[in-house]
Amino acid sequence: MDIFVQQVVSGLATGGIYASLALALVMIYQATDVVSFTQGEMAMFSTYICWTMLNAGVPYWIAFVATLAISFVGGVVIERVIIRPVERAPILTIVIVTLGLLVIFNSLAGWIWTYVQKPFPSPFPSQPFKIGNVVFGAHDIGAIAITLVVLASIYVFFRFTPLGLAMRAAAHNPVSSRLVGIRVGWMLALGWGLAALFGAVAGMMVAPNLTLEPNMMGGVQIYAFAAATLGGFTSPGGAVLGGFIVGVVENLVGTYVHFIGTELKFTVALVMIIVVLLVKPTGLFGTSVVKRV
Amino acid sequence: MSALLEVRDLEAFYGRTKALHGVNFSMAAGGITTILGANGAGKTTTLRAISRMVRTAGTIRFDGQPLDGRATEDVVQLGIAHAPEGRGTFVHLTVEENLRVGAWGRRDRRGLTDDFERVFRYFPMLRERRRQPGGTLSGGEQQMLSVARALMLRPRLLLLDEPSLGLAPMVVREIFRILRTVNQEGVSILLVEQNAALALDLADHVFLLETGRIVLEGPSEVLRKDDAIRRAYLGY
Repeated sequence: MDIFVQQVVSGLATGGIYASLALALVMIYQATDVVSFTQGEMAMFSTYICWTMLNAGVPYWIAFVATLAISFVGGVVIERVIIRPVERAPILTIVIVTLGLLVIFNSLAGWIWTYVQKPFPSPFPSQPFKIGNVVFGAHDIGAIAITLVVLASIYVFFRFTPLGLAMRAAAHNPVSSRLVGIRVGWMLALGWGLAALFGAVAGMMVAPNLTLEPNMMGGVQIYAFAAATLGGFTSPGGAVLGGFIVGVVENLVGTYVHFIGTELKFTVALVMIIVVLLVKPTGLFGTSVVKRV
Repeated sequence: MSALLEVRDLEAFYGRTKALHGVNFSMAAGGITTILGANGAGKTTTLRAISRMVRTAGTIRFDGQPLDGRATEDVVQLGIAHAPEGRGTFVHLTVEENLRVGAWGRRDRRGLTDDFERVFRYFPMLRERRRQPGGTLSGGEQQMLSVARALMLRPRLLLLDEPSLGLAPMVVREIFRILRTVNQEGVSILLVEQNAALALDLADHVFLLETGRIVLEGPSEVLRKDDAIRRAYLGY
């Protein structure tokens, strides 16, 4: 039982990371109508930026906030400069562009920071603590807390601020939004900015577990896809819940199903994607989008 | 000439297809003007041209300022609200959020509460349903929401695209009655309609659009007696 609770908690910790990245995917999907393959690599790049600052002696939380800011601006710039010219192109074109960005960020990171694995610090104490017989990693608990804070603030932003409302309006109905004076293009750019910010959170939280290297986010991105598919690409809340579910399931299956162990854990994510697509393609909370042609 | 809206030699294009072939008309401030015409005559396109939603040639002036070359969002800021064809409801947003979004293009965000009160006075049903998603409203209710959303901009000019389309006659009468009040409270209205009888009753000035050109114009009481209009649009 103790092992079970422990595995659930550590599953929730990685799940929070998947949730952040899944939320990034959903943001892009709602803004641009495509599944972006570059969010993981952008997250990895953001993490390197944070690492560089930490290496230069910047205190952790200042580097953390600065990385969020830089990632946000970077996301906005990428949308304006790279995505905007293909905004009206067929969906496949945009998907290919995001694949191109994936390769660019990956190689750029390797070129700047080399492929040598770098340890990345956790802001939380390394000493695990015990409640009863259960041992919790401080980083796990901290990662869950940070994820929840980020998710809560973004919920408040979308639910209660005029700008958040305008972004929702722009994502759902661009034509009507323009007719009430919302600059839809800029709302999409802000969406990319926020997505980059969520990615940065995911990257900085997962790096202490995985150690930093250019291919760090490859696996996380696949879990995030599974999370977004499970929760529904059209539902931010669903994607978050999907992230936690995927994290926990991944961990429990790795622990209790012996032939899977750690080696076949990825397969779990892929199986989840396929099962969801077969049984309920819109995900748990997604709605099917009906388009008039 | 101090027209509120002045349209000269307006041409509009969808890709290479020309939808308007030199439309000329103007409307005075404070009035209700209607553009009548059959399906495909170019009524919606004319409104879309004013809102800069379609590629055009020619000039459009609002209160003396040229609109061509401006973005849709900037036209909105000048005080032109457009209740589009198909009502343009934000189906996922609540009624209240729909209205809030309508005020986005306004420079002056003060007095939002008064504006809510004003549209709730026009359409009491919206107050009851304000927590409901826009998509759950009936067609008539969505049309009211569309007009209300446009009014949240505190517009000087309201562009209305077929507000009667697909609605029960009673609902249509209700909406048109409110439009008259809205106009009396200082909003100029440019109404595009297929339902000529209704439009002639409401408007003070009428333009008749046929295949992308204005073919007839005049005060509505005169045109109501015009034989061509009567036969083609009023059916008696």
